[in-house]
Amino acid sequence: MKHLEEYRDAGRARALAAEIARTVTRPWRIMEICGGQTHAILRFGIDQLLPPELELVHGPGCPVCVTPLELIDRAIELAHTPGAVLASFGDMLRVPGSKTDLLAARAAGARVAMVYSPLEAVRLAAQKQDQQIVFFAVGFETTVPGVALAVREARRLGLRNFSILSAHVLVPPALRAILGSPQSRIQGVLAAGHVCTVEGYEDYEPLAADFGVPVVVTGFEPVDLLQGILLCVRQLEQGRAEVENQYARAVRREGNREAKALVREMFEPVDRKWRGIGVIPSSGLALRPAWREFDAEARFALSTGAVAEASECISGLVLQGAKKPYECAAFATRCTPERPLGAPMVSSEGACAAYYRYGRHHV
Amino acid sequence: MCLAIPGEIIEITGGDPLTRMARVSFGGVVREASLAYVPEAKPGDYVLVHAGFALQTIDEEEARRTLELIAQMGGAEEDGAS
Amino acid sequence: MSDFALSCPAPLAQHDRVLMAHGGGGRLMRELIERMFAARLDPQHETDAATLALGGKRLALTTDSFVVRPIFFPGGDIGSLAVHGTVNDLAMAGAEPVALSAAFILEEGLEMETLSRVVDSMAEAARRAGVRIVTGDTKVVERGHADQLYITTTGVGVLIHDGELAPWRVTEGDEVVLSGDIGRHGMAVMSAREGLTFDSEIVSDSAPVHREALGLLSSGIRVHCMRDLTRGGLASAVIEIARAARARVELDETRIPVREDVRAACELLGFDPLYVANEGRFIAFVAEGDGERAAALLPGGAVIGKVKETGSGVVTLRSLIGAERVLDLLSGEQLPRIC
Repeated sequence: MKHLEEYRDAGRARALAAEIARTVTRPWRIMEICGGQTHAILRFGIDQLLPPELELVHGPGCPVCVTPLELIDRAIELAHTPGAVLASFGDMLRVPGSKTDLLAARAAGARVAMVYSPLEAVRLAAQKQDQQIVFFAVGFETTVPGVALAVREARRLGLRNFSILSAHVLVPPALRAILGSPQSRIQGVLAAGHVCTVEGYEDYEPLAADFGVPVVVTGFEPVDLLQGILLCVRQLEQGRAEVENQYARAVRREGNREAKALVREMFEPVDRKWRGIGVIPSSGLALRPAWREFDAEARFALSTGAVAEASECISGLVLQGAKKPYECAAFATRCTPERPLGAPMVSSEGACAAYYRYGRHHV
Repeated sequence: MCLAIPGEIIEITGGDPLTRMARVSFGGVVREASLAYVPEAKPGDYVLVHAGFALQTIDEEEARRTLELIAQMGGAEEDGAS
Repeated sequence: MSDFALSCPAPLAQHDRVLMAHGGGGRLMRELIERMFAARLDPQHETDAATLALGGKRLALTTDSFVVRPIFFPGGDIGSLAVHGTVNDLAMAGAEPVALSAAFILEEGLEMETLSRVVDSMAEAARRAGVRIVTGDTKVVERGHADQLYITTTGVGVLIHDGELAPWRVTEGDEVVLSGDIGRHGMAVMSAREGLTFDSEIVSDSAPVHREALGLLSSGIRVHCMRDLTRGGLASAVIEIARAARARVELDETRIPVREDVRAACELLGFDPLYVANEGRFIAFVAEGDGERAAALLPGGAVIGKVKETGSGVVTLRSLIGAERVLDLLSGEQLPRIC
């Protein structure tokens, strides 16, 4: 596959790893933001090719992991509501809410439909006019443009039976919160390549300056990650703190103008609770008043009120990169992919699930 | 997050910009994707597709430059020709 | 022979209902089999088919149920699958398949035309595999109680060689041979599922493999254990044998054949080809030195790994870029993802 397999080439990977080893002269801690990057690092064993001085810390870029319990509970409530169908990406189906998850809810009679694209949910609504189709809109900035277009399409088609339950979250506020935390020892950042495909990377320039941290926009294949790490390490060794773009084939500095414009027209920032972390101001997205009729929280009377996390779950610390999954007392014992205590163990790219699956039970 | 895969536009269907769709080939597997956010894309272009939406066209020149840069950075070994 | 289980199987308390994952070929299914069934019934463990000595003859017996959706998919249907699956399980035990039974559970409202197509397909598959479907059963349930139709086939065969094919025969130095490229069946079925449609030429690999498998034995390859790949894919099959054999197995990802379009389809849905279902492939653990010869006897065959030592059952994979990672069972089926 063109533009993909070239970046899985063993020769290129090993050559970059060797160059990284030659460049590093002291310990550095780098955070990769995106869960997909974490997954690739562990799946291909990239961290094993790196010199021991380099520590990779995994960031909160797993929208599934950070969706608050309350929203999952609301999604399940909707799935149980007579006449309603909850349409969701596959990713969310096994994530536990406070009592159960969407798949188990389906086993108990709830109506849950798995979709691959928000447009499919709209098509479903067009086909089944006697049912309320609610789309569980999860995802970072990468996914929002598609959801925006789907809502717009629903309006164009005059659908009265389509709405979204928005769980969308934004990367820059979370990154600022993490870097600004007094416990943060993160020295360099690999920014999420696909988020930047949409948003560009102008937003990271003030972050790099404020915190003195180099930010390298990085792709998802092993060679991309290694090149991104090399660029980051070079900056660190040279004492620079700039924003660089490794993923130039897919990312432009200003991002995708059309996508950004439509998203800003239809959505506004709201405070959002991040599972395991807490409320981060202006870090979520909700439909603007002109589009509020498509907001499931406005259309349905859903239970409100906060829900407490399982006390053993330290997902917040894992998501902030402060702890590794195996440092959790429950890791691989009371918390496994079959019986997860928190989202990072369930999400296909949650750090805990990745560590479990790829056998990283210790340093 | 954000599983997005590069594919080649085979054929464009549908009229106005926001409903423009295309058949995109991913290594021989063809799937439909919305081109609403890449209005300038044409058949033969590679686009990055996420959840049924093309988010950006792949810049062939940048791709070539990236691979060249990688070769310089690492002094790439002989195995790994593509 | 135990009259009752001495150790009460731990109740599957955290799941008070059966989930789809319990049928997914992964960890949850293993748990269900072990705690619900194996602990209470008295099956021969860890083999696809049971071997029985009856009146001087050594026979193999196996059964399998088929609930695939959609029932027609590129390269096959539930009928041909039902024949191939059971024929292959017999072959994995080293038995020449002789006869099958076929039990049908039909949903009220199923079109006769559909049933006709399925049965014709079974007849053709049986003929090509050289087996007879000699007996069967038919039940009809109310609309909504069976997803069009379910088929269960039970097969009996005659063991063609003296030794036993089982995990306990796996030993240090054994080579792991794979009979062909992986992932076709799972992705062919995916491509036909509603809402997920993509056009491709991926066709299920559903096929009888007894001639190839038994051919290894009759060519003098020292086969220790064989398993056909089904749900859960290549990874699950290797892991199950490794655990049962308490063998440390090292696989090399660069030697595992995957077609480009199957790889692409996996990328699209976020699947790992190692865990995607197959229906016409098997692995054989053969004695050190026999690997290349065995692979050459199998069209598309390849030596994909080695048993490093025995003592603990772990499977590791050398990735495309040369680093090693542990392979584990998934909890359930892979779900398409966008993250």
